[in-house]
Amino acid sequence: MIAVVDYGVGNLFSLAASLKYTGAEIKVTASAVAIRDSSAVILPGVGAFGDAYSKLEERGLVQVLLSQARSGKPMLGICLGMQLLFDRSFEYGEHRGLGLIRGDVCPVAPDLEPGAKVPHMGWNSLKFVRPSPLFKYVPQGAFVYFVHSYHAKNCAEGLTSVAEYGGAELAASAENGNVFGTQFHPEKSGAVGLDILRAFVGIK
Amino acid sequence: MLTRRIIPCLDVRDGKVVKGKNFTGIREVESPVALARRYDLGGADELVFYDITASAEGRALFADTLREVASSIFIPLTVGGGINSLEDFDRVLKCGADKVSVNTGAIADKTLIGRAAKRYGDQCVVLSADVKRVNGKFVVFSHGGRVNTGISAAEWAYRGQEEGAGELVLNSIDTDGVKRGFDCEMLREVCAKLTIPVVASGGAGSVSDFVELFKTVPQADAGLAASVFHFGEIDITDLKLTLRAAGVPVRL
Repeated sequence: MIAVVDYGVGNLFSLAASLKYTGAEIKVTASAVAIRDSSAVILPGVGAFGDAYSKLEERGLVQVLLSQARSGKPMLGICLGMQLLFDRSFEYGEHRGLGLIRGDVCPVAPDLEPGAKVPHMGWNSLKFVRPSPLFKYVPQGAFVYFVHSYHAKNCAEGLTSVAEYGGAELAASAENGNVFGTQFHPEKSGAVGLDILRAFVGIK
Repeated sequence: MLTRRIIPCLDVRDGKVVKGKNFTGIREVESPVALARRYDLGGADELVFYDITASAEGRALFADTLREVASSIFIPLTVGGGINSLEDFDRVLKCGADKVSVNTGAIADKTLIGRAAKRYGDQCVVLSADVKRVNGKFVVFSHGGRVNTGISAAEWAYRGQEEGAGELVLNSIDTDGVKRGFDCEMLREVCAKLTIPVVASGGAGSVSDFVELFKTVPQADAGLAASVFHFGEIDITDLKLTLRAAGVPVRL
């Protein structure tokens, strides 16, 4: 069973529906017990970093996620869920993250050419910089759906793909062993996204 | 490279897709779920569903339709129609909407966009405005294009952005259903000061109308249409091939 962590940020309907579509058995849950009992963990999320981290803390989930990641269980953070995996974020102040992948989360705007719209929203193509088991079914240049105003930096160590936007290369995915993150939304990325989720579900 | 988006719009009444001409004279098309699946497979980048029912039964039927669509297609889904409160946001988000489009509701309650953006995030809030020329000026109309609010379209769009709308849909009442091209003049003028993504709507009749839109309105991130897609007059893959050949980045 895959635990989809429900900690009160964002809408989990399409993530749950797309995972079910791939044939995965899932549980949308905020229970530490269910997360410990799962075979893999997905950390979704939209909204602000500081709020989201506080919500994980309030529900007593920070230690559970850290212990599960360190136990070698596959973990996937999506969008804000990916950002939470890094060391820290500079969204409205400075916040500590889970520290499972090396890197910092910073605003996109200062890194773009003048006139580039923020959020970076829509379909952009992936440029793989390193092979990842997450992309085993996905060709170079495949399109995925992004919506974000912050991005990961100083994360070269774990970076697996980037997306070109506004004259910059934005981190599209990163990983550290069994811990994976996608800045884009696989659950909104059509057939390509379903293939990425299918690959994650297959990681043992 | 970020692509320009092609978005079919489905107006749903009593569980069926309908399409009117100049906002009246409605005729039915087909099952929204079947149509949504067809668009997903056919290369649509996103779908918009408008609930144009007024009755409680119609609303319940729309919720069922939405849940079924959201469980079977995995591209972004925007839902609008009858969104007047945070409870309405909640109602459609629970059925699988990714973004919620407000129109008359944002005019009636000027705090709605700000409150919704705070609760659900900017990315979730779409301001949709129906715009018409009145004495040479672009003015916002409410209630499905029937009521002249007297509000300047450019001011309204800018205010929406500042309040927290993450995207703007601009529907031209003058060109809606006429199929002679998007209202590029209106779009250029109303979007001049915006930094959020803009979806152009109203008037698409042919592939070349989309080429003209993206070539002459740099602020347009997406083109939305209904009948030309529903009636098979434009095939989305053909449209995207033509756009790519014209130098417009698209997802193919």
